[in-house]
This record gives sequence, structure tokens and C-alpha cells, in this order.
Amino acid sequence: MEGTLPPERRGFATDRPPDAIRRYSEAERLTHWAVALLYVALFASGLALFHPFFFWISALFGSPTTMRILHPFLGVSLAVLFFAYASRLWRDNLLLPSDRIWLRRMPGYMNGKDETPVEGKYNAGQKLMYWSMIAFVAGLLLTGLVIWRPYLAPSFGMTARRTAGLLHAVFGFVMFVGIGVHFYAAVWTRGSMRAMTRGWVTRTWARYHHPGWYRRMTGKVAE
Amino acid sequence: MALESLDVRRRSATETTSPSARSSVEVAKLIDVSRCIGCKACQAACMEWNDLRDRVGETRGTYQNPPDLSDQSWTLMRFREVELPGKGLAWIIVKDGCLHCADPGCLRACPAPGAVVQFSNGVVDFHEENCIGCGYCQAGCPFNIPRFGARDGKAYKCTLCSDRLAVGLEPACIKTCPTQCLSFGAKADMLRLAAGRVRELQGRGFEEARVYDPPGVSGTHVVYVLPHGDPALYGLPREAGISPLVTLWRSTFARGLGVVTMVSVLVAGFFHWMKVGPVDPDRRADRKEE
Ligand code: HEM
Ligand code: SF4
Ligand code: SF4
Repeated sequence: MEGTLPPERRGFATDRPPDAIRRYSEAERLTHWAVALLYVALFASGLALFHPFFFWISALFGSPTTMRILHPFLGVSLAVLFFAYASRLWRDNLLLPSDRIWLRRMPGYMNGKDETPVEGKYNAGQKLMYWSMIAFVAGLLLTGLVIWRPYLAPSFGMTARRTAGLLHAVFGFVMFVGIGVHFYAAVWTRGSMRAMTRGWVTRTWARYHHPGWYRRMTGKVAE
Repeated sequence: MALESLDVRRRSATETTSPSARSSVEVAKLIDVSRCIGCKACQAACMEWNDLRDRVGETRGTYQNPPDLSDQSWTLMRFREVELPGKGLAWIIVKDGCLHCADPGCLRACPAPGAVVQFSNGVVDFHEENCIGCGYCQAGCPFNIPRFGARDGKAYKCTLCSDRLAVGLEPACIKTCPTQCLSFGAKADMLRLAAGRVRELQGRGFEEARVYDPPGVSGTHVVYVLPHGDPALYGLPREAGISPLVTLWRSTFARGLGVVTMVSVLVAGFFHWMKVGPVDPDRRADRKEE
């Protein structure tokens, strides 16, 4: 993976420091944002079906029936893209003993203390987010398939369909909390959003948030 | 089937009060199973009035035809052969179809405003132009009634001839029944009639005879007289009620919890930002250059 880019390869990305470090490849970024767009469409359409107060959202999809037909197809697309993306990241998300310390000091970090040094590409919070997203997308996919009319629902029993309908809504909201935290964390830690929109982070960012990864990427010791 | 009305008690997925300037007496259809001869006149009348034609199928070796309810068959005579302990074989014929529950699971589960409507007379009607075909009404119904059109994907079931009732006619099935197995009128009158039929049956040796007006759905607007008592013999649930899974899923509690969860995430993010502000190592005042 490249560490720094020579000026002639930086093109019009003029605000990219010459020594920036690449964090996400083009394919990773595009997949991530496709999943994110699908997620927004899925949550919005699911919400319209969950609570009548939000039924107006269905008009944004053309008509309520169109929305209902689209939702499961969008869901399957999200699951396919999400798992394609997640399968590239699992190794970096294996939990390590040092993650315990990070987690113990997380409340302090969230309240203005300096972050505990992180060993790998992801901190313990990101890793837990990763594994819970795997669980919730799988849960939403499986329960969604069971209530998918007209294709799959008729081949399941009523108890299965009732349970799946309830769980689908529960998973949908728990996932909203997860995505909310994920999105907020990306905005909160300045420079993270750019990692996913542009692909690179500054050296300072890398040294501060992921010193172990910084060392691996540059061969230099942080601080 | 829609017939605009001013006596709506409840609409699916609607939080505000529906037009209810008018109200009418609660009605009921009484099905006295002991008097049914399985002639299917009611089934034919339903097809004719509602202009429905089911597919021609194959015989399955019983008189039951078509094999199941469908978007084209809103009522169906089910032919059952059961062994009654001590009494031998019984051939039981049950007119199946929507029971028009006072507390309809289909209506509670439906996410589409106005796709399921309950009138003050107790009729539960599907308004297919509002139906989005999600199938939640099937999950909500304790009696396995709603069926879907293969081409339009909309949910259909017995309307209790709401269009006929609205102009002062009785349902088509009532009009054709030759044996007074079917009766129609005010629910209070039907319950009185049913109680009389049960007494008569008990006098004839059907000690177990009873009225089926399941309290689990706050009563129904289709009431049965069951000569042998046990609803299971007739393919009806003994303890009819909306599944607790559906009740919880569609409860104000669950819907409120969902909204509170969403709002909490937004509020927590907003105030965390206001309290702590962003983490920005690139702009630290004490930042050391490499
Ligand atoms: C991963 C993100 C997803 C989210 C956030 C989501 C959210 C929701 C929500 C909130 C509802 C309404 C549930 C209710 O009314 O209580 C819903 C309905 C539904 N979801 Fe999902 N869902 C997702 C993925 C999927 C997937 C992967 C499928 C799979 C095929 C699926 C299939 C369905 C179906 C079939 C319904 C019922 C409405 C319909 O027939 O369209 N969903 N979804
Ligand atoms: S399928 Fe049933 S629950 Fe869904 S919109 Fe139509 S009537 Fe309502
Ligand atoms: S029997 Fe089923 S379809 Fe008919 S009103 Fe009751 S819940 Fe709705």
C-alpha cells in the first residue's frame, strides 16, 4: 500500500498533503457509500411501514406499494454489498487483549480525555460496531426474507412470520442506534470522514488515533 | 371493497378520529352449523354478487371446492370428517370466511392508512385501493382469512356485503340460504336466536352445543352455533385471539419505543457535541511537528 504520493500523482486533490496515508481504497469507499445510501432508503421505507406518523415517506418512493415492493430488493442488495465489504475487514477487527484497556477508558475519551493508544487499524469501539453490524444485517436479512411477500412469506408458518415481523422491527431500531453512533463518531473525530470520502488521512490523525497502524504503514514510531 | 361512509369506527394506520357522524346498530351473521346441508348456495351467491370467478381446479375427493379461500373465493364450505368419541363418525360442514372481529388483528397489523376499515355496525372491510400487499393482515388474523390476488398482490376477504348493507339489503349469502342455517340482523337479536338454537340442540341430545363468539377478539360479527361444542372440530381456534407477537409489534408501547429510540440518538449526539466538541488532532494547540 502506498505511503505518500509524488506531486504529479496527486492531481487536482490539492489539499491532500504529500505525506498523507491511504486508509481506504476506491472499491472500499464506493461499496461503503452504496451500503450507506441503501441503508438510508431502507430505514426510511421501514419507518413508513412501522409507524403511521411516517407513512408520508412512502410518497418519496413513488407510491406506498412501490416502496413496499422495493424495500426487500434494496435490503438484499444492502446485505450482498455489506458482506462483500465486511469480508475485507474482518482480520483488522479481531479483538485483541489491548482492546480491553481502550474500552475501559472509552468514557474518559468521550468526555475530552486523550484517546488510549490503539494497536491496530481499528479501536475497540469500531471493532464492536463491526461485529454488531454483521449481526444486525444478518438478522434483518433473515427476518426480512421470512416476511417477504409474495415470494418467500407464503412458505413460512404464521408463527415464524409473526416472530420475524416483530424481530425485524426490533433489529431495525437497534441498528439505527448503531448507525447513529457510527455516523456521529465519524463526524466527531475530525478527519475520519475524509478517510471514507477521499481515502486518505493525515499523519497526525493516524498517529493520534491509530499509532500501531501508523507504524505499520510508515515504519515510523508514533510520538 | 369501498363504499364511502360516515360511520367509520376505525381505520388501519390512522391516528386521528375517522368520519363518524353516523352510527348504526351492530349487526351479525349467524351460522348455525347444525342446519347446514352443504348445498353451497351461499358460496355461489357470494361469487355472483361480488362478481368473482375462481379458477377451475381439480377434485380432491371431497365436496370441498375450491380447496381453499382465495382472492376469488371469500367464503368456502369446508367439509370435515371427524370421529366423535362415543358418537361415531360426523360429517361436519363449516362455512369459512372472515368473522368480522370486534378487535380485528388484520386492522391492527396493517401499515397502510385506510386499507382496512371497521364500520360502526361491526363490518371489517378491506379497501384494496389503499392496500400495499405487505401481508401483515395475514399475520394479524387469528382465523387465517386474508388471501392475495396473484396479479394485483392485494388482500381480499368477505366484506359482509358492506355495499348491500349500506343500501339496506341483507348479505347475498343470507338471501340464498334455503335452510335458515344463515340469519342476519342486529347482533343482540342474533345472539338471542343463537341461544334458542343451542337450547333446542341440547334438548335433542347435543349436550355440548354452544355459541362461538370468541371473547379473545372482543366478539365477532359472524357468530356460529356449534352443535358438538368443541371449536377445534370445526377448524376454529379454541382460544381465538390476536397473537401476542402481533399485539406487541403494533402496540403504542412498541411504536413509542421506536420513536423514543430514534429521537434519543439525535438528542444524545447533539448534546455530546455541544459538551465535548470534536476530536481534532490536526488542530491541537499543543501539536508537535514530527
Ligand atoms: C438492513 C437494513 C434494513 C432495515 C433498516 C430494515 C427496516 C425495516 C423496517 C423498519 C420495516 C418495517 C417493519 C415494521 O413494520 O415493523 C421493514 C419491513 C420489511 N423489511 Fe426491512 N429492513 C432492512 C433490511 C431488509 C432486508 C435485508 C430484507 C430482506 C429481504 C427486508 C425485508 C423487509 C420486508 C419484506 C418488510 C415488510 C414490508 C414489505 O413487505 O416490504 N428488509 N424493514
Ligand atoms: S396486505 Fe393487508 S396489511 Fe398489508 S396493506 Fe394490504 S390490507 Fe393492509
Ligand atoms: S377474521 Fe381475520 S380478516 Fe376477518 S376481521 Fe378478524 S382478523 Fe380481520
